[in-house]
Amino acid sequence: MPADIAVRTDAVTKSFGARQVLRGLNLAVPRGSVYSLLGPNGAGKTTTVRILATLARPDSGNVRIAGLDALASPREVRSRISLTGQHATVDAALTGAENLRLAARLAGMARADARRRADELLAGFGLAEDGGRRAGTYSGGMRRRLDLAAGLVSRPEVMFLDEPTTGLDLTGRQAVWQVIRELAASGATIFLTTQYLEEADQLADRVAVLDGGVIVADDSPGALKRQVGGSELVLELAGHDSFDVVLRRLGRRVLHSDPAAQVIGAATEGDGPAVRALLDEVDPDRRMVHRFAVHDVSLDAVFLALTGRGVAAGSDLAQEETCNV
Amino acid sequence: MSELTTGRPGAVAGATALGRGLAMTGRCLRIGWRNVDAVVTSLVLPVMLMLMFVYLFGGAIHTGTAYKTYVLPGVLVLCAGFGSALAAVRVCEDMTGGVVDRLISMNVGGIAILAGHVIASVLRNLMSSALVVGVALAIGFRPHASPAAWLGAAGVLLAFILAVSAVSVVIGLLVTSPEAANGCTFVLLFLPYPSSAFVPVSTMPSWLQGFARHQPATPVIGSIRGLLLHQPLGSQPGLALAWCAGITAVAVAGSAAAFRRRAARG
Repeated sequence: MPADIAVRTDAVTKSFGARQVLRGLNLAVPRGSVYSLLGPNGAGKTTTVRILATLARPDSGNVRIAGLDALASPREVRSRISLTGQHATVDAALTGAENLRLAARLAGMARADARRRADELLAGFGLAEDGGRRAGTYSGGMRRRLDLAAGLVSRPEVMFLDEPTTGLDLTGRQAVWQVIRELAASGATIFLTTQYLEEADQLADRVAVLDGGVIVADDSPGALKRQVGGSELVLELAGHDSFDVVLRRLGRRVLHSDPAAQVIGAATEGDGPAVRALLDEVDPDRRMVHRFAVHDVSLDAVFLALTGRGVAAGSDLAQEETCNV
Repeated sequence: MSELTTGRPGAVAGATALGRGLAMTGRCLRIGWRNVDAVVTSLVLPVMLMLMFVYLFGGAIHTGTAYKTYVLPGVLVLCAGFGSALAAVRVCEDMTGGVVDRLISMNVGGIAILAGHVIASVLRNLMSSALVVGVALAIGFRPHASPAAWLGAAGVLLAFILAVSAVSVVIGLLVTSPEAANGCTFVLLFLPYPSSAFVPVSTMPSWLQGFARHQPATPVIGSIRGLLLHQPLGSQPGLALAWCAGITAVAVAGSAAAFRRRAARG
């Protein structure tokens, strides 16, 4: 394996009973990059992270982490990685500082070193003033930052973050993003899973889209979004005739349509001139479009464009996963 | 931020299984002391139980000796059940949240995780036991025991506490929610009642006597009573230790299997 690849999987498969979750996963994560695995609930993101973090074994295929064979030497791999899962793993009854000291002690540090490391991390994650408070009193965003900090006690080469901002409000999400950006700037390799295109867009150098247990796209966020347009223009039409006309005029730019509600979603660049031009093009007489709204393009839209399947398929997958966890 | 990720990597190399086990024990104890339930169960409940049995029921129960003298071993065993039940809930919380994944990814294995819970439980219970004995002495329990007999009684109690703590850990590993863990520990709490803990077995209906005479709590209670009151022991200490060792062995083996199964899920 070339020295500049931090995480590589070759033809990894994993089934739970009759359900095949991963069907030949191939990943190559450049060292020092932020790599995002994007997919809906149930796509196999968590299974992938568990395999990469040595918590689960694939049925077949190879996994190399930080230059080591993860299947043959999981213990060595574990000493070079950290995992921050979907659920906060800090102890609510312990203070922020105690949580970090415990993590450092478990990593084998002497008491004084653990104390120093905890203080260092609290300061680095903007928690210095809250280190003496119980983690149970923290906001969601603070707790997640503490969780990330706990993963850093032994200076991992590769960090796995499984949906690091799921369940956080906007402020919390932005604070976590800031932390991840700073970690990336320091040179760590970061592998993160997310359901949010925007998150991948904000953080990742490279985005892989996981669908049906295989990678269906692997590119920079910009390139992925260009495939579907940067935003989505949602049009509410004035009647059935208008709906049909506009649908025809939009052609391949239609992301989704709902005849009953007379609503069409169309791909657009999203800025003023582009939206104006599109509206003028499909409705030159300004009679057919009743209302409109512009949204950032959704993961569903990217998914539809990449896989030809929409939201419904994603939800089915989500249900399957729930049944099998 | 660069100082957070760069610098010497691989500090894990210095971690020993013993060090990790001690760190996990410290964690369990610390979390326990910050939980109102745990503090009440460990400190208030033992005192309440001792006083309740002596002053509420004691007057109506005739055992041939002063009830406070008769009932002490039973209260000790009952408190061991209550105290150990906490471990089931804690273990289940660790297994069902993301904690176990994080710990395994840090190379902290099942032995350190579970040993931490068991040792913390044993230490908590020893303290509760000391409290119960203190209350008993304060209200007039007067044992006839040499220091060696005291030590022997403490040893039998320790073996029992270890066994129920280990069972509690298995329960925590087998159930899928902390609430269920809490519910399933009733076995530990009820075990002392159909035994010689609170009333002589001879006062029970005959069908119950068979169970009461041959269940593990009875020789444990008999041994502690015999040692503290300088009564004939017979085969009770041997039986008590055999029961405790057997239960602990089965529980440890069950924990190992259950932990592997749970940790490998998904």
